[in-house]
Amino acid sequence: MTNHPRSEFPDETSAILVSVVEIHGQEDILIARQAGRDAARNIGLGTVDQTRLATVISELARNALRYAGGGQCRITTQVAVLTRTIVLEIEDRGPGIDNVTAALTPGFSTGGGLGLGMSAVLRLMDDMIVETRPGRTMIRAQMVRHT
Amino acid sequence: MRVPILKLGRVLLTSLPADLTDQQVMDLQIDALALLRDDRADGLVIDITAVDVVDSYMARVLSETAKMVGIMGGVAVLAGMRPAVALTLVEMGQNLIQMETAFDLEGGVAKVQRAMATRGGHRDEPPEV
Ligand SMILES: Nc1ncnc2c1ncn2[C@@H]1O[C@H](COP(=O)(O)OP(=O)(O)OP(=O)(O)O)[C@@H](O)[C@H]1O
Ligand SMILES: [Mg+2]
Repeated sequence: MTNHPRSEFPDETSAILVSVVEIHGQEDILIARQAGRDAARNIGLGTVDQTRLATVISELARNALRYAGGGQCRITTQVAVLTRTIVLEIEDRGPGIDNVTAALTPGFSTGGGLGLGMSAVLRLMDDMIVETRPGRTMIRAQMVRHT
Repeated sequence: MRVPILKLGRVLLTSLPADLTDQQVMDLQIDALALLRDDRADGLVIDITAVDVVDSYMARVLSETAKMVGIMGGVAVLAGMRPAVALTLVEMGQNLIQMETAFDLEGGVAKVQRAMATRGGHRDEPPEV
């Protein structure tokens, strides 16, 4: 078996990192979700998908700010022959998520919220990966649309 | 910058800008409740026609505000939600919006007036016995 380099995309050349937003304060959440909306629109996704993505960015960027004091939001897009994909990555250097299963359960919150942010990401995106340990949390969520 | 709240008759009106920070949403709650207390209005209509993201935080603060307005004897109505926002909220599940809603500002004002009429009077007048 050949050992292919690890990649999110089958065709690396067409994946474009379209935006990197540092999250330091509440205004940065607005900048990040606008970037998400623009990225979705630029690859031809409709209003509903733009809204889903902006909402997800809002939830994850706020979590990074609230639980880790800040983080980074990266948006990558890929337009292939049959699919259009947006990959969202939110990374922080905070304490990590203690119990990922609990965090993804609707209603679980250690921050006095509704506990609906993480579960909303799961519902609004097509897949979601949580990598977390003390010192680093990275959430990658993807939206794939077939053309 | 705080979101302005206007008064039309006995109804408070506010139109939210497209993008609000968490702090602005919280300030709006504080301002609306203070105005309701001081102005003795019957209710509050929050127009979200321009708002393109309602996330779990904003949904919670708006619903909480409506609950507080209700406890104070008034009615709060959320008006003009965009279809894409409504769909996203439905997909997020859990009945995130726990308050009265209306299609537009006008409908919201009518809803406040109707609600006060069924309750038998304005908020500052005890209902007739
Ligand atoms: N980046 C993070 N670092 C550490 N813990 C996190 C992070 N993101 C989420 N969590 C944990 O996961 C829990 C659930 O997060 P979720 O976003 O679902 O709800 P919430 O933030 O508590 O409330 P809501 O988002 O509804 O206002 C949080 O309460 C927190 O304990
Ligand atoms: Mg959250």
